[in-house]
Amino acid sequence: MSEDLKRKNTKLAQKLVFVALLMFGFGYALVPIYDVLCDITGQNAKLKEAVEADQAFAVDESREVNVEFITSVNESTPLDFRVETRSMKVHPGQYYTVNFYAKNNLAVPLKAQAIPSITPGLAEEFFKKVQCFCFELQTFAAREEKTMPVRFVVNPRLPERYKTITLSYTFFDRTNNTEN
Amino acid sequence: MSAVVAEHDDHHDHHDHGPQKGVLRWIITTNHKDIGTLYLVFALAMFFVGGTMALIIRSELFEPGLQFVDPNFFNSMTTMHALVMVFGAVMPAFVGLANWMIPMMIGAPDMALPRMNNMSFWMLVAGVLLLASTLFMEGGAPSAGWTLYPPLVLQTGKAFPFAIFSVHMLGISSIMGAINVIATIFNMRAPGMTLMKMPLFVWTWLITAFLLIAIMPVFAGAVTMLLTDRFFDTSFFDAAGGGDPVLYQHIFWFFGHPEVYVMILPTFGVASTIIPVFARKPLFGYSSMVYATGAIAFLSFIVWAHHMFTVGLPIAGELYFMYATMLIAIPTGVKVFNWTATMWKGSMTFETPMLFSIAFVVLFTMGGFTGLMMSVAPVDFQYHDTYFIVAHFHYTLVPASIFILMAAGYYWLPKWTGNMYNEKIGQLHFWLSAISVNILFFPQHFLGLAGMPRRIPDYAIQFADWNMVSSIGAFIYGFSQLLFVYIVIDTIRGGTGKVSAEVWEDASKHSLEWTVPSPAPYHTFTTPPESIPTEHF
Repeated sequence: MSEDLKRKNTKLAQKLVFVALLMFGFGYALVPIYDVLCDITGQNAKLKEAVEADQAFAVDESREVNVEFITSVNESTPLDFRVETRSMKVHPGQYYTVNFYAKNNLAVPLKAQAIPSITPGLAEEFFKKVQCFCFELQTFAAREEKTMPVRFVVNPRLPERYKTITLSYTFFDRTNNTEN
Repeated sequence: MSAVVAEHDDHHDHHDHGPQKGVLRWIITTNHKDIGTLYLVFALAMFFVGGTMALIIRSELFEPGLQFVDPNFFNSMTTMHALVMVFGAVMPAFVGLANWMIPMMIGAPDMALPRMNNMSFWMLVAGVLLLASTLFMEGGAPSAGWTLYPPLVLQTGKAFPFAIFSVHMLGISSIMGAINVIATIFNMRAPGMTLMKMPLFVWTWLITAFLLIAIMPVFAGAVTMLLTDRFFDTSFFDAAGGGDPVLYQHIFWFFGHPEVYVMILPTFGVASTIIPVFARKPLFGYSSMVYATGAIAFLSFIVWAHHMFTVGLPIAGELYFMYATMLIAIPTGVKVFNWTATMWKGSMTFETPMLFSIAFVVLFTMGGFTGLMMSVAPVDFQYHDTYFIVAHFHYTLVPASIFILMAAGYYWLPKWTGNMYNEKIGQLHFWLSAISVNILFFPQHFLGLAGMPRRIPDYAIQFADWNMVSSIGAFIYGFSQLLFVYIVIDTIRGGTGKVSAEVWEDASKHSLEWTVPSPAPYHTFTTPPESIPTEHF
């Protein structure tokens, strides 16, 4: 192979390695792109950072929506987790508070994060939580039991076809994660 | 054979050497033919390793109930079978063919970057060995499926980081191979060999190489995210930290869908090389073949979520991915019609390579049609994760990629060894394979439509009969592949006699490799060929 051709080959190879590195970066760029797309399409009820202040809605007394609550823990997270009621009838526009209870079963402190999920997913934008234990990491002392109120409102603009909204929480054990 | 030294004024003129003596030849070689042979032999060995895993799976599924292996090991087998076949057998086999044939088809003396060529092969070996070593680790080999979906894959035992690093190594090896192919094709073509005069195998590999460079790094990124999620507290896919496991599926299939074309495009290339020679006609629609290949490659990047119709996509997403996926049938249809038109009124003969190629056209089309069925989002909810998808992708891989690899073996073995293979045993191998592969995979369509899930070691009693049929087919298919090993060894040892340079009638009108002596000398085209074949145009 002539030196000239060798130089040409090396140059092209370098360019292609650069493309490969760019594509490695692109893989990571898909992470924020995904978040933005989920936000736009209203898919995937992810943790909302900002807590909005109570906003006044006109209460629609004529209409009742059934709100159900589900509590679960991920894998073997050592928590007893329950809610005061399995379901309640609510009027859109009215604020309600419902209590959740969690007890640490261990003799050592525990950190846990609750992840909410709302079904049906398309009703998510009409269900507002103004107070929730899921907004932050929960720290439990040994054997501590906590009462954690959730304050929420169903937006009166909720389309008529939604009669039932299910709010589900899953607690994940985060004790061993150093970042927190 | 000895080089013309006019062009080099540099001090190293290794062109004058033949192969090194002894085993060191194979370790330090930078010769494209040696490396091609290494790749092909390695791929064939891995084909049998992956095949053994498949037979373990089919043994367990021969009857309902748990007979031979425990469920976790069964899941390891489905995972490792896929990884070994994809990254250890099919891809390296095509890289081996690329190494052997591309320089000879474009009239180049070697690959553009010979040292990197050697490195990419040995990196592949290291990667596959690392992957295989996970079988012996605490907690077993990865068993979450070859797609490595979190959160399930995060439960893998000690094997987890080793599996991830092996994927990294396999990825780097493929990227280096791809860079080499592109540099060779762009810079080393013989004078007069314009891009649109290249044999289709070279074209399909050029496009495949670009796919590889675009997708392997994305896959490397995805598995790196898995690694940091598990060990460094990141939360890319961990819901507890605000991440989302569905994101992994998007990133994976952004890689995964083009990846399946990485395995099928060179298959198309070899089919387009073999069919015209045995039909004794030029390839029908050469330029439409090139454009169809490009179109398929482009479409492969924008259809990934059809693997995820059931995760809960927005309706608009379901519709978009459904229609985009259906579009792929158009360029693929162009190819199938072109192959058929090439055979139309040709003076066909049915030597083993042609038999495998014709079976490929028929059976790949069946695999394509089941793919079209699954592109319809609403009905995919029934097929998703059942044996129907297993039947679909095995039809596009076994009687397509594997059959064409066998065809390529028979087609070029005489050129590589200088001897003719045993045609009788070759045809026996073909007929056993073609019949048993259908006994093996066709009943899986029925199982899937009836609701049998994939990746399960045990199943409901109503699935028993077809599973038994499928397993019988698997054993016939698996053991008949040993004939191929016998034929290869027999051919190397002399076969049924010496062959001419051209081997197949008028083959030298189709492609340059048939203009050099058989067996191909250690160095070919140290001076560029004087003219290039024009039969294609």
